[in-house]
Amino acid sequence: MIFQNEIFFIALVGMGLVALGFIYMIVQAGKPPVTADGAQKHKRSVIVRRWLFGALLVIFIGTSYGTLKQFPEPPQHGPLDAAQIVNVVGHQWSWEMSTNQITAGVPIEFDVTSADVNHGFALYAPDGRIVVQTQAMPGYTNKILYTFDQPGTYMVRCLEYCGLAHHVMETQLSVVANAGGPTS
Amino acid sequence: MSTLALYPEDEKLPRSERFAFNLYLITALVLFLVMMLLGLTMRMSQATWAGVQPTLFYQMLTMHGAGMVGTMSLATTAVMWYFLRKYVHLHVWAFLTNYVLFMLGALLIIGAVFIGGYAGLWTFLYPLPVHSMGIWSVNAAAVFMVGYLLIGVGLLVFYLDAAAGIIRKFGNLGRALGLQWLFGGEINPEHPKAVVASTMVIIANVLGILAGAVVLVMSLINAYFPSESLNALVAKNLIYWFGHMVINATIYMGVIAVYELLPRYTGKPYAVTRVFLWSWAASCVFVIVVFPHHLLMDYAEPRWMLIMGQIVSYGAGFPVFLVTAYGALTNIYRSNIRWKMPSRLLILSMFGWAAGIVPAILDGTIAINKVMHNTQWVPGHFHFYLLLGVLPMVLALMYHVIGNRKQTDEEAVTGKIGLPIYLIGGLIFTLAFLDAGHLSVARRFAVHLPQWLPTDKAGSIGAMLIVLGMLIFAIHIIVGLLRSPGNADTAHPAG
Repeated sequence: MIFQNEIFFIALVGMGLVALGFIYMIVQAGKPPVTADGAQKHKRSVIVRRWLFGALLVIFIGTSYGTLKQFPEPPQHGPLDAAQIVNVVGHQWSWEMSTNQITAGVPIEFDVTSADVNHGFALYAPDGRIVVQTQAMPGYTNKILYTFDQPGTYMVRCLEYCGLAHHVMETQLSVVANAGGPTS
Repeated sequence: MSTLALYPEDEKLPRSERFAFNLYLITALVLFLVMMLLGLTMRMSQATWAGVQPTLFYQMLTMHGAGMVGTMSLATTAVMWYFLRKYVHLHVWAFLTNYVLFMLGALLIIGAVFIGGYAGLWTFLYPLPVHSMGIWSVNAAAVFMVGYLLIGVGLLVFYLDAAAGIIRKFGNLGRALGLQWLFGGEINPEHPKAVVASTMVIIANVLGILAGAVVLVMSLINAYFPSESLNALVAKNLIYWFGHMVINATIYMGVIAVYELLPRYTGKPYAVTRVFLWSWAASCVFVIVVFPHHLLMDYAEPRWMLIMGQIVSYGAGFPVFLVTAYGALTNIYRSNIRWKMPSRLLILSMFGWAAGIVPAILDGTIAINKVMHNTQWVPGHFHFYLLLGVLPMVLALMYHVIGNRKQTDEEAVTGKIGLPIYLIGGLIFTLAFLDAGHLSVARRFAVHLPQWLPTDKAGSIGAMLIVLGMLIFAIHIIVGLLRSPGNADTAHPAG
């Protein structure tokens, strides 16, 4: 399943659960108070909240551990173990890349910076989805380490607003199959 | 503690205060409508249903962003003022000074954008304002930034007056937040939630505004003395600290309406608890330090700040879900609630906030941000909790106030027509953004790829419905506000 589809599904389920909770309570809201005394009602409410707190805490800790254990961004200081390095400089409104052809199946390092204002360096796969991105910022070099599974023509688009022609600031990146064997 | 009387005596507005309050609300309603029309035009342009040149599109985008954040801030400031003045002494001059400076700032911003051609967005990300490639002048950028400074000074005047009033009454801001009861002691049941929330907003937003003032002054110096260049990453941190704080403060100011009004319509007390106080104390810290989640794609940012951005984004969900939304739901549970426009809008606001935070938290995860950052996922989640969360909080207060001024069945009309149109439009509009985000549609593009158009068209239809719903609300509310205050609804003195 495409990663973005999974995220969208999780979001819809989460928002749907919130909506169901609200619908249930809205239906109940129009009803007269139950006969149970206030203390009992309060106790029940506290119990439900504790369970909710516990569930959210488990999700919170589990997701934090799962998504941060292996930090999703490569070390920014020192060399990376890459087969190829691509230097990228953003300009208003074009991309300057040391090469527009790279190899699939091996780690590629992109060293991304900007010559003028902030830009966003986003790589779009042939299916139109973003696979990775970073900011291109004047005075800094952000390093991406990414292995392309699929050969094909990828698009580089600017995802940080940079002025009048921001939406046409794009270039192509050709990812060719690794001559050493199949890559996917 | 908030009252159960629908229109308590201490909430009555003397003539001068009513004038100031009406000024805020009517200005906010008109500005909301204008900014929504700009938003609708932009969505229709992306959908190829309207022809807007990129130059104008980015000017409109700049105006829409700055205008909506500013208007939301103006409107929720009125909410905070309306309730806080019952508990502490607030000066009307401070309230009006904020309004005047806001309007002056707004005029400068409008001039900078539509006369000067400034289109560096509301985030004025350094060095774009002074690096436009000849599209706008440095002077236009400077006028825009001075407009921001005026609005910031106005807010500071209001907050400092509010802080002085709170300190006079409660001794210090910590006691107003209820920190003395975090670890024990008998909580004063009369301690107002409005004071807790207002104190949190004052502490957090003053810091945010000061961060904004620092980067604005630095940027202005750089504009006229280019050799005094800034560190782009430091500037970005300050800008997002400011921007995140200002827009989040609107939620925390707006939610005071929920705490104050909801119990009046349910007839059930909504007492201050230790969990509530912990929640607001935690939120105060979280909201100040969470801004690095806007910089997750700046790999040069210190790693500990990125991790903090993600963890605190998650943590910030706890107070929302477990205290405010859950507390509101338990308050309405089996309450035989009076379903009037204010109560409907209050429940909608809680839903919008709680549901909108789900895609927001997801986007605050670094691994997810790598594919969602600066796609339409972002406007998807913030429009969700602003359109369906914060704005209904403000509208609820407006409807509540005019409910005391007229005895017609117009409210039923707006409730039956306006609210469903607004809700359905809001859901279509925001879900179209989220759908587009998961399809990797870039945000802030004047022109879209052909494969992106279906979500643009759906979003445009949603936006049309929102504008229509808002128009119905605005007409009804403005007419109601301009009427003389009537007597309280004597048939229902309490909820």
